Amino acid sequence: MAGTLRIKDHWREQQLFTGRMVIAVILVLGLTGLVVARLVQLQVGKFEYYSAQSSGNRIRVQPIPPIRGLILDRNGRVLAENTPSYQLEMTPEQVPDMPDTLRRLVEGGILEEGDLPELREIITSRRSFDTVVVAERLTDEELAAFAVRRPHFPGLEIRARLGRSYPYGTAAAHLLGYVGGISADDKKSLDPAEYAGTTHVGKISVERSFEASLHGTSGHEDVVVNVHGRKMQVLDRIRSLPGRDVILTIDMDAQLAADQALQGKRGAAVAIDPRNGEVLAFVSTPAYDPNAISAGLSRRAYLALQEDIDRPMFNRALRGQYPPGSTIKPMVALAALHYGVTTPERRVGCRGFFSLPGSRHRYRDWKPEGHGSVNLYSAIEQSCDVYFYSIARELGIERMGSFLQTFGLGAITGVDVGGEQTGLVPSPEWKKKAFRKSGEQPWYPGETVIAGIGQGYLLVTPLQLAHATATIAARGQRFQPMLLKGSRDSATGTIEYEAPTPLPPVPEQEVYRWDAIIEGMHGVMHGPRGTARAVGLNAPYQMAGKSGTAQVFTIGQNEKYNAKDVAERRRDHALFIAFAPLEAPRIAVAVIIENGESGSKAAAPIARAVMDAYLKNST
Amino acid sequence: MNTPQLGISLEPRSRVEQGLLARVLRFMHLDGWLLAGIGGVLVFSLLTLYSAEGQKLPELLDQVVRMLIAFGALLFMAQISPSWLRRGSPLVYGLGLVLLILVLVTGDIGKGAQRWLDLGVRFQPSEIMKLGVPLTLCWLLHERPLPPSFGLLLLVVLIVVLPTGMIAVQPDLGTAILIVLSGAVVVFLAGLGWRYILAIAALAGAAMPALWLVMHEYQRKRVLTLLDPESDPLGAGYHIIQSKIAIGSGGVFGKGWLNGTQGQLEFLPERHTDFIFAVIGEEFGLLGGLALLLLYLLIVGRGLYIAASAPDTFSRLLAGSLSITFFFYVFVNTAMVMGMIPVVGVPLPLVSAGGTSMVTLMAGFGILMSIQTHRKLVAR
Repeated sequence: MAGTLRIKDHWREQQLFTGRMVIAVILVLGLTGLVVARLVQLQVGKFEYYSAQSSGNRIRVQPIPPIRGLILDRNGRVLAENTPSYQLEMTPEQVPDMPDTLRRLVEGGILEEGDLPELREIITSRRSFDTVVVAERLTDEELAAFAVRRPHFPGLEIRARLGRSYPYGTAAAHLLGYVGGISADDKKSLDPAEYAGTTHVGKISVERSFEASLHGTSGHEDVVVNVHGRKMQVLDRIRSLPGRDVILTIDMDAQLAADQALQGKRGAAVAIDPRNGEVLAFVSTPAYDPNAISAGLSRRAYLALQEDIDRPMFNRALRGQYPPGSTIKPMVALAALHYGVTTPERRVGCRGFFSLPGSRHRYRDWKPEGHGSVNLYSAIEQSCDVYFYSIARELGIERMGSFLQTFGLGAITGVDVGGEQTGLVPSPEWKKKAFRKSGEQPWYPGETVIAGIGQGYLLVTPLQLAHATATIAARGQRFQPMLLKGSRDSATGTIEYEAPTPLPPVPEQEVYRWDAIIEGMHGVMHGPRGTARAVGLNAPYQMAGKSGTAQVFTIGQNEKYNAKDVAERRRDHALFIAFAPLEAPRIAVAVIIENGESGSKAAAPIARAVMDAYLKNST
Repeated sequence: MNTPQLGISLEPRSRVEQGLLARVLRFMHLDGWLLAGIGGVLVFSLLTLYSAEGQKLPELLDQVVRMLIAFGALLFMAQISPSWLRRGSPLVYGLGLVLLILVLVTGDIGKGAQRWLDLGVRFQPSEIMKLGVPLTLCWLLHERPLPPSFGLLLLVVLIVVLPTGMIAVQPDLGTAILIVLSGAVVVFLAGLGWRYILAIAALAGAAMPALWLVMHEYQRKRVLTLLDPESDPLGAGYHIIQSKIAIGSGGVFGKGWLNGTQGQLEFLPERHTDFIFAVIGEEFGLLGGLALLLLYLLIVGRGLYIAASAPDTFSRLLAGSLSITFFFYVFVNTAMVMGMIPVVGVPLPLVSAGGTSMVTLMAGFGILMSIQTHRKLVAR
């Protein structure tokens, strides 16, 4: 019985098993079909898509930033160069927790709280795989401190980069400007392709104005990278072309002499070659350290510079506007000669003050006892104010103003760095627009009188004053001031020179009239009563000059001026203009010392030092 | 009365026609078709591993040694006749159980999970259970009338749950599932009633939420990642995205041996172990992938044929279970690499680098060969 049961079961089991095997085979074939279908879908249907993904995975285009061009002076001395430094860079997409990372960088002293908003803005404005510079020019201590904690900062890396350095430091700071990290604002005006690998851009002055030459042409490298981003193979490489070296018209001897003489003072000195407009010295003090700024200042240090009462970030030579004081007198004299208001021989009696007809108001001369009878020569030599009050009244403000404008005053000179101020040559029309109260709008005759000695509304920049002085030296020939002498291809060494740009000359061709004012300026330096004869002593060459002292605020009638009583910052500005050699001028200088009190004492020696330094080795 | 006919009709050749090779194979109790399929897959394995491991010969030689050891296991198992094997089955199961308990108590930590046992050689006792569970179930069902009764099924469940429970807590969910599957295949082939199958399916469906609760965090993440790999492209979804890129960019003809950028540039993780199928897809293309699948089908098909022509319940169930389970390994791995199912740690059988799983698989093939080559002695 058990036997039959087993046999019957055996047959049934066999049948059952065969049925289940059929189902199993169907299952196997069905699942295999699914796998094959998926393979076909991926490898045939979406082949293009995944091919592109695969290429994107492995091929990266890495920009090769160009090396920034050098900046040289006219004699080939290096004013700005590139030196290796270490900086901390971040690749945002590799940073797992950005807020936490930034917080820890602040705690570690590598960043300051105040730096964060700008950094965040840069991070969001860039593509996530672009590197962002977090901190520049790390000190050895910072390097070591970060190296120890590196594993805790994924996405951050120390990189060696070429940093900008300025061997002459503060002495050429306002001349050269500086470079800085590319800000969100800079990005708007820069070609993103050319600046893909570049971290720094010229911010101001020469570095900014000649950015296009200095930057060079970016290259790129198509590389195969592995999953860690390590370069495995270079597919293609377009080398970057270094930027051109910029050669300036500056003579570093003159520049250093001016900077040295201006140490400890607030002021500016600009020297120009009258023959072509080349700027030989361009100094503004006090100055910042361009090396520190290019390395990246902390927010606090930057604010300290900005808020310094002496304004070290302010380029006085380019943007400072001062009343010219008596330095305007040679030009006013020429205007009077031009319009026949006076002659070289005409004499004016000076009793120490001048009054307009029908007025009791006394316009005082700087010399209370007066200069006696003065002609044009002695009026310039001794800087007689009464003489110039007199001819200014006769000239009138319109004629005087329009003639001064032919020297380039009241308008930008067009120098090849940006940011110039215009200064001001006043006129009745100007006054009408500039003042709101009706009582202040009319032009008063007294304002013409004081304009004759460079006071009142008249304002000049040191650059304009130097340009005007060069124009006197060149007897009316004018050239646009220029800082760029040429640029050099750093690979081939070939130099392309810039041509001087002539400007419309001063409309005065009578030689004797030019002779008259230049003789007066010569007398200032070498005449027996010249205001700056002390400075002209023992010079190996003859020079012409004019001192100026500009009131910072008005002194009331009959008040005695006492320098000691006036706060240091309310003292007069000291000015001086000069050119040399007298017979064939090669250099014209303008110097302004804020609150320097006396043009002939404070400013003239500086002009002399600059001319000495330049003429010593120039032809 | 059908039995003799069945036996004759499934016989491939008559004895007279057999050549020298066939006689050697028969003497060593080996099966030519299976050997051909396995050999083909191993060649694939060596070529791909050489490429995926950065073209280092020492690593490749290691794998060759593992293959030889595994082949030794195959040879050994092929010599044991099915009747002896049947009698030894409970012993294998018992040994496996003891070792699993040992792992729970003392096991090494490998990759964050407690799976390894160091007994001179390090190995995973769960591998033993891949054979131990189906062997024991076949042994159990061999004597019993089929389809199995309810009481018998309870015993089956106990036999399966005991080891898989221990494996699942190691945690090695992938292996546990595959062992449950091999057990399920045995009872399915044994003729488990459809109402049971439906009941189990319903139960499994109901158990899904519960399973979700007991899953480890990383296991849940794997499931979620399958649904939307782009949600975490650099984290959990990275494996799947990169392996799909590798396979898809291979196209029909592949990028060529040693030229797969995804693999060579290390974008593809686990490229010599669980994700080796992506390297094959990238370097050998659709044609290479299909060739490998064909070799697998040859092995599975031959295994099923052996099962169909096996003389007794034990051999039949065992051969069927081993073949279908092997196919599941292939399916789970390839489907996982192509993003069709969640990532479970199942290597591509015979191709992925690593020794233990290959030894188990080859031992299984040894059993298949034994069933095939001892058949006549038993039958007559």
